[in-house]
Amino acid sequence: MIETFYDVMRRQGITRRSFLKYCSLTASAMGLGPALAPKIAHAMETKPRIPVLWLHGLECTCCSESFIRSAHPLVKDVILSMISLDYDDTIMASAGHEAEAIVEEIVEKHKGNYILACEGNPGLDEDKTGGMSCIIGGKPYTEQLRYAAKDAMAIISWGSCASWGCVQAAKPNPTRATPIHKVPELGNAPIIKVPGCPPIAEVMTGVVTYILTFGKLPSLDRQGRPLMFYSQRIHDKCYRRPHFDAGQFVEAFDDESARKGYCLYKMGCKGPTTYNACSTVRWNGGLSFPIQAGHPCIGCSEDGFWDKGAFYDRLTSIDAFGVESNADKVGGTAAAVVGAATAVHAAASVIKRVRQKGDQE
Amino acid sequence: MTIKTTPNGFTLDNAGQRVVVDPVTRIEGHMRAEVNIDENNMITNAVSSGTMWRGLEVILKGRDPRDAWAFTQRICGVCTGTHALTSVRAVEDSLGISIPENANCIRNIMQLSLQVHDHLVHFYHLHALDWVNPVNALKADPKATSALQQQVSPSHPNSSPGYFRDIQNRLKKFVESGQLGPFKNGYWTNPAYLLPPEADLMAVTHYLEALDFQKEIMKTRTIFGGKDTHPNWTVGGTPSPINVDGVGGVGGLNMASLNQVHQILKDSKTFIDNVYIPDLLAIAQFYKGWLYGGGISGQSVMAYGDIPDRANDYSPENLMMPSGAIINGDLSKVHDVDLRDPEQIREYVPHSWYDYPDGADGLHPWDGVTEPKFDISTAKGDRHHIEELDEDAKYSWIKAPRWRGHAMEVGPLARYVIGYAKGDKEITEQINFVLKTLDVPVDALFSTLGRTAARGLEAAWCADKQLYFFDKLMTNIKNGDSATHSGDKWDPKDWPAESKGVGFTEAPRGALAHWVKIKDTKIDNYQCVVPTTWNGSPRDADGNIGAFEAALMNTKVERPNEPVEILRSLHSFDPCLACSTHVMSEDGEELANVTTSPIGL
Repeated sequence: MIETFYDVMRRQGITRRSFLKYCSLTASAMGLGPALAPKIAHAMETKPRIPVLWLHGLECTCCSESFIRSAHPLVKDVILSMISLDYDDTIMASAGHEAEAIVEEIVEKHKGNYILACEGNPGLDEDKTGGMSCIIGGKPYTEQLRYAAKDAMAIISWGSCASWGCVQAAKPNPTRATPIHKVPELGNAPIIKVPGCPPIAEVMTGVVTYILTFGKLPSLDRQGRPLMFYSQRIHDKCYRRPHFDAGQFVEAFDDESARKGYCLYKMGCKGPTTYNACSTVRWNGGLSFPIQAGHPCIGCSEDGFWDKGAFYDRLTSIDAFGVESNADKVGGTAAAVVGAATAVHAAASVIKRVRQKGDQE
Repeated sequence: MTIKTTPNGFTLDNAGQRVVVDPVTRIEGHMRAEVNIDENNMITNAVSSGTMWRGLEVILKGRDPRDAWAFTQRICGVCTGTHALTSVRAVEDSLGISIPENANCIRNIMQLSLQVHDHLVHFYHLHALDWVNPVNALKADPKATSALQQQVSPSHPNSSPGYFRDIQNRLKKFVESGQLGPFKNGYWTNPAYLLPPEADLMAVTHYLEALDFQKEIMKTRTIFGGKDTHPNWTVGGTPSPINVDGVGGVGGLNMASLNQVHQILKDSKTFIDNVYIPDLLAIAQFYKGWLYGGGISGQSVMAYGDIPDRANDYSPENLMMPSGAIINGDLSKVHDVDLRDPEQIREYVPHSWYDYPDGADGLHPWDGVTEPKFDISTAKGDRHHIEELDEDAKYSWIKAPRWRGHAMEVGPLARYVIGYAKGDKEITEQINFVLKTLDVPVDALFSTLGRTAARGLEAAWCADKQLYFFDKLMTNIKNGDSATHSGDKWDPKDWPAESKGVGFTEAPRGALAHWVKIKDTKIDNYQCVVPTTWNGSPRDADGNIGAFEAALMNTKVERPNEPVEILRSLHSFDPCLACSTHVMSEDGEELANVTTSPIGL
């Protein structure tokens, strides 16, 4: 007896009626027209949980640790009811040959119908480490990765290791740690990058549940990141942004401005150049994010963030962030900027109201 | 076929059947174990190999020392933060920076939260399946499970027969779906599992409860450090300012966020007391005859100590977690450990995939040098496929650290043995309580089960001490002290041209230290010796085996193709391989090498 998506939804208190409505909404959201709604309903009533192979390369396991901190959905429900997490060496009961046999079984039995989740990356250096800086079952991790990748429906690159290379790929990258999309002979499965060190838990479960719910991959930006979480900079939505605009900056940890929660730009904050959802989704059930806790953003979801200067060095120029000035200039002419900004905000608000009105009509 | 007796007292015989476990799962990182068994299925030889290596220390060279915490924090995302704390302490030691009392309280709460979280997640999600059989839980009577629950932990509210019936039904559906997920290919018919179905159901239920609850524990770190995993730290204090009564109070640690911290700390203590400890004791009752896995815990253990009561004083008297070294099984003498003494801690590489220049023997981390030398030419297999390692040659990415020549065990059991030997009142009371409850002699401590029990006791101790530091923090604030950061020497202009320092902590898995040298405001050399380097150490030149290998020795394996017993003893150390596989590099000469050679953690 297989627990299907429908069973899961019913158990979570969703009525049959709401379920059918949901199916027709999904059909129209996918551009399929209402006639296909019953087909979607049928699929969801009968489809088994989607198998997931979660492989670990060179990494620190922070992505898995983040994943288990998801508040909605709870990771318990993800594992018991949404996916079939058949291989994940961090939590799986079996070991050795029995564990490795699972990868083979899933690839054979579910060709093209399983998700490959990659945490970490392979070290491709042959020169000093013999291609053996990460060994699984006596063989290079690269072999396991290639084998599991070629028939995957999709690959999720968890975190900055899989997406960009992260800390082990920082200069001089001694193991030639290589992000998943740059590994040769990987096949043609689409790759979704979910960067961050680690990514936010609810972003991780959000990506998984999007795929399960809508039966398709989320829209991605040119770099392969889900638009819904990575299309805006932390700075764009930061609650301290008004202090930036007003030229009010923290100059030192625990100074008067820090206690008032002013902008951390001068402390080296990388929020203006970092694309992530920290200032909106926030961390650990929406509780906080680095800037809220008084520390500048270190830009951990950006490609090569370890090699973009020291974390407490100020970004020297910021392109296209609204106020065409750097912070010193802004600080120097704070009053004038505040005045001008207020005027602009006022004008913008009027325009917005008019447009909203238009939309309603 | 060879039979050898090691200087640390183990007789190794590699004649019998070789059993290989690779990957060892439910650990952090990648590891391989090989054992030989005799005709009675007893382990007669053990080989443990770290099978990953990333090169972090060399990556740190030339960087701003104030950034080192972020790099080293990425050594491990499971013990997240403990490397960061060790790093800021090393840099502060090097530059002579003192931190405010409040920062010490907050750092301690963050470190203790990690211990509580890490131990809890280890017990339920990494270790439990070595003792608990989720498939057997389907046979349980929910009423009897409820009775058992109420007997072992009367205060835990989730104890009705209906509650257990619901969980069992969900589990049943899960198993019947044929998609067993993480439980797939487990060893569920192995006679090594000894719990009655009711105890299995109770434990599996708490596996799920703990999975829900663990995410709450780390929220203290999100409040203080902005996110978890990998919260933020700073050299000189903690990043989040305190503002409980002023303009913009919502911008810092305020009354609301402090209240939330307090609530989480109280809830954590309740969960540990009502769920973790009772489960531990209940499960141990059924396994107390299984006293394998002691290894070297009865002879050589070490701890550096941690949790400074007052800020900036790292002397043993001011550290609330015990420190010291016990050797040759002599519990009457606890030796002092000095991390700066070049004669005490030294690392060896004859069986590690590194090479020392000029035939150097052991090196103190301060003078450590490593050149990787991956070589499996004498192993069975080919260059991209290890069938059997050759333990007489190089066989691991982990080096072999030794304290005055001794292989040492570190971790919760080591800390508890040292605390017990030193007569620490709280630790002695806890240990005596467990021994009495289980009705076992003190020798039972030196076992796989003892290691697992010490971890649980320590989680309870840490949960308690978090509240102590919360009270201390609130008292300081009441007294008008709200400082969290010392700006002193933040500016590199105020640093000496050259300096060096050591920082240490007790990570969940054991004694951890970082050594840093700073030159012209940049990192000149950075080195870490971590708990799993100690525990997972391969053999040294004298042939001493490390703690993992020793713990596997002389254990009976019920079914050689189902390595439950091997996993059980290895898991009792909570191995962390990303932490352990590190190397170091030293002077300017080395730096030239660095760009072409894989050196680092």
